[in-house]
Amino acid sequence: MSVINIKIPEVQIREVRLGSITGFEGTAGELVKCARAGTLQDSTRSFSQCMGCSSGHAFCQLSMITDAVIINHAPVGCSGDFFGFNFVYRVGQMERDLPSVIGRYFNTNIEERDTIFGATEKLEATIREVYERIKPNAIFVTTSCASAIIGDDVESVVNDLTIELGIPVVGCYCEGFRSKIWTTGFDSAYHSIVRKIVKPPRKKTNKVNIINFWGAHIFDDLLRPLGYEPSYVVPFSTVAELEYISEAAATIQICPTLGTYIGAALEQIYGVPEIKAPPAYGIAGTDKWLRELGKVLDRQEEVEEIIKKEHARVLPLLEEYREKLKGKTAYITAGAAHGHSLIALLRELDISVKGAAIFHHDPIYDNGDPTSDALAHDVNTYGDVPNFNVCNKQAYELVNILNRVRPDIMIARHGGMTLWGAKLGVPTLLIGDEHFGFGYQGILNYAERMLETLDNTEFVTNLAKHSSMPYTKWWLEQNPFSFLGGNAHVEVY
Amino acid sequence: MLKFIEQPRYSCAIGAQQTVVAIRRGVPILHAGPGCSAKVSALIGQGEGYAGGNTIPCTNAGEADIVYGGEDKLRSVIDGAFKVIDADLYVVLTGCTSDIVGDDVGRVTAVYQEQGRPIVYAETGGFKSNNYVSHEAVVNAIIDQYVDVHNKGAEKQKGLVNVFASVPYQDPYWNGNLEEIKRVLEGIGLKVNILFGNESNGVEEWKTIPSAEFNILINSWTGLRIVKHLEEKYGTHYVHFPYLPIGGIETTKFLREVAEFGKLEKEVAEAFINKEEEKYYSFIERTADFMLEFRYGIPRRFYTILDASYSIGFSKFLLSELGILPAKQFVIDDTPEEFRAAIEQQFAKISDLRSAEVSFSIDGGAIQKEIREDTQKNRALILGSAWERDLATDIKADLLIISAPVSYRLVLNCGYAGYNGGLRAIEDIYDRVLNTYR
Repeated sequence: MSVINIKIPEVQIREVRLGSITGFEGTAGELVKCARAGTLQDSTRSFSQCMGCSSGHAFCQLSMITDAVIINHAPVGCSGDFFGFNFVYRVGQMERDLPSVIGRYFNTNIEERDTIFGATEKLEATIREVYERIKPNAIFVTTSCASAIIGDDVESVVNDLTIELGIPVVGCYCEGFRSKIWTTGFDSAYHSIVRKIVKPPRKKTNKVNIINFWGAHIFDDLLRPLGYEPSYVVPFSTVAELEYISEAAATIQICPTLGTYIGAALEQIYGVPEIKAPPAYGIAGTDKWLRELGKVLDRQEEVEEIIKKEHARVLPLLEEYREKLKGKTAYITAGAAHGHSLIALLRELDISVKGAAIFHHDPIYDNGDPTSDALAHDVNTYGDVPNFNVCNKQAYELVNILNRVRPDIMIARHGGMTLWGAKLGVPTLLIGDEHFGFGYQGILNYAERMLETLDNTEFVTNLAKHSSMPYTKWWLEQNPFSFLGGNAHVEVY
Repeated sequence: MLKFIEQPRYSCAIGAQQTVVAIRRGVPILHAGPGCSAKVSALIGQGEGYAGGNTIPCTNAGEADIVYGGEDKLRSVIDGAFKVIDADLYVVLTGCTSDIVGDDVGRVTAVYQEQGRPIVYAETGGFKSNNYVSHEAVVNAIIDQYVDVHNKGAEKQKGLVNVFASVPYQDPYWNGNLEEIKRVLEGIGLKVNILFGNESNGVEEWKTIPSAEFNILINSWTGLRIVKHLEEKYGTHYVHFPYLPIGGIETTKFLREVAEFGKLEKEVAEAFINKEEEKYYSFIERTADFMLEFRYGIPRRFYTILDASYSIGFSKFLLSELGILPAKQFVIDDTPEEFRAAIEQQFAKISDLRSAEVSFSIDGGAIQKEIREDTQKNRALILGSAWERDLATDIKADLLIISAPVSYRLVLNCGYAGYNGGLRAIEDIYDRVLNTYR
């Protein structure tokens, strides 16, 4: 179990905290075995393509706190993701019937002379002016490679300004070069919230924290009949709401890759129990998850009722989908835990999973509980998965594998990957809403969308016919893992 | 002076990866932190292109590269890129990590250059400049390290010109604009190296850069360093048209200036101009009834929140060809001090009768606040970015998104330059205006 220490400004990176890796080839079963035995070793790549970084992932969680502003202490390019998240924020406003507002995001514009003289004065002045302009309830300062390497003491600046302005001015240390696992950025954001925003509980409430992105509010219908109130964290929360997530009755993770740190932090520091079963994907997974929820919330009988009722409703429909999808093959590319969840979902539908390219692997989560291992759950429940590749968005490996495997369908969770299925003529599906596949209904949702996608081959067939391929013929004939492992000159990828 | 930015509309130096992506079969190799490329793509990318987006090789600098230097890793990624990516030109671009710790990237790439590999490097650490400036640095690097090597002592080719106009991808309509610019220049009898996008012949075309009879720069300031460099290097003179020509008046003016500078055959040029104007104004004539008679409100004042070239180009067009009057204009490209006076002069004589007020600012939040505080005495048109959506709604203005981020538009070959671009602008503006009626 990792010990959450909110006294230090920076969160420990996942490689150190959890032993997480970004390179592996083998089967899912082998990976789980290594992870449990503590013998997991990372493989490095001697050729690599651009990835994501922590700063974007920290921003992803902080940028939709409705009454906070973000200052990115960085050269302007680091803020290239501002509008993308603002777009997501505004789509969420529409879905929630909230008034139309834009995200208030600032960049300190670190320039050449700042790399010589330091940019803390610039940061201070920016914080003061931004405060005057917006009068927010909190200001988060996200750092960058540049601010860190030039050695700006951001923590002193934010601490002084917290006193001066009388609102939390919070440093979120998320510079990209620190970790090759970009989800470390989620941990940075949560660390900064738990450190500087969350307060000790005044009482216990009937709220349940849902650690999610911005998906549909599917937990309302589950929790309210049980007498609990969902509280979706962090996007679309206010600073005041975040202050008392410590009072909740439980914390639900929609994906432990996202919420591992905050779930464990709230449990360790404030005693908020975290639901530790893997997220509810597939029938067996959903049964298990609901039963743990029932136990933690003291609603075991009610939950058994739900399971009974939902089985009666869903199983016959599921059987129909299985008939239609039987014999189909799929390939998955996604972030870690969500990818594991999708494997469960596809296997539940009798689809043969021919392989997966999963962005990283956490051998254990911050709660230290091996039952949270969603991949172990997949292997134990449905059997092993071949061609299991831990691969942080290395499209060249993906294209090579897809070209060999040629599945009937490719399922992707993140942008930038679907194109490679389609260019090879493989129907490809990306679902944006992270709650779409959750629970019993989620299996049916996915089944329906997969049937639609499998049926719609005209587009990909035509696209494949007219597509260019930037990869060499030589490369497509090599072992896809030719660049993985073994290069003595290369430190870390 | 404090220069923070709310609502960024451009990228940092490493944004010039898109300059490379815009070259046919060119691929950038980033020696940078892991998220840099994705953030550039998020703001100004338009899909993968040939080998952009997630295809871009990158060293993904980590802690060890900061402490021990990253040259070995760069070598290894370059080796891999040559094997895995099928490209004609590889351009190594550095990020903040490499530039601050001081990796000698020139030394690393020199080894490959000596082997005759098509590889170039440029230092583009994000803190060094924005991507308007680094575009120039990257183009000059390709000229010095690639073009020059392949074309020593070439003869000048009569009628051949190199065109430098907008910054690819930073100008969301770069491809359409370049297509139209090439079309009209060919119309007056030139052979055109357009260098980027679909109408370019890639590196083979770049190799003929030294053979050009003269260079054409269509931009307020970005690219001046390129044409001056070419003048020093190859003695190629340049003609500078300091904004994007949009519509009939300005395109004709542009073509006449070029024709005169290049001493082209006047009859050929004028015949083309006549034909184009005839076509163009037949449509303008058709819209005149609508402009004069539509009684339910069309925009009567405009704001531009654009880079200098677009801001001047659209201001002249909207005023003289559509009769919309300038409110205040905001230039958001962080124009270097030395070029501001010339831009102010353009606005001072935006037509023969009128001047327009202009200010330089990179802070979108402050610009929007200023516009909100203006008296909105009649319907306004805003030419800006996706950031302007709520502003437009709140002051009941029409919004045409010209600047990055474009997010609410899907851009393929749309362009606003030239005669065709002018017509397209009219269609797009009044499409949005008419669409507000039930």
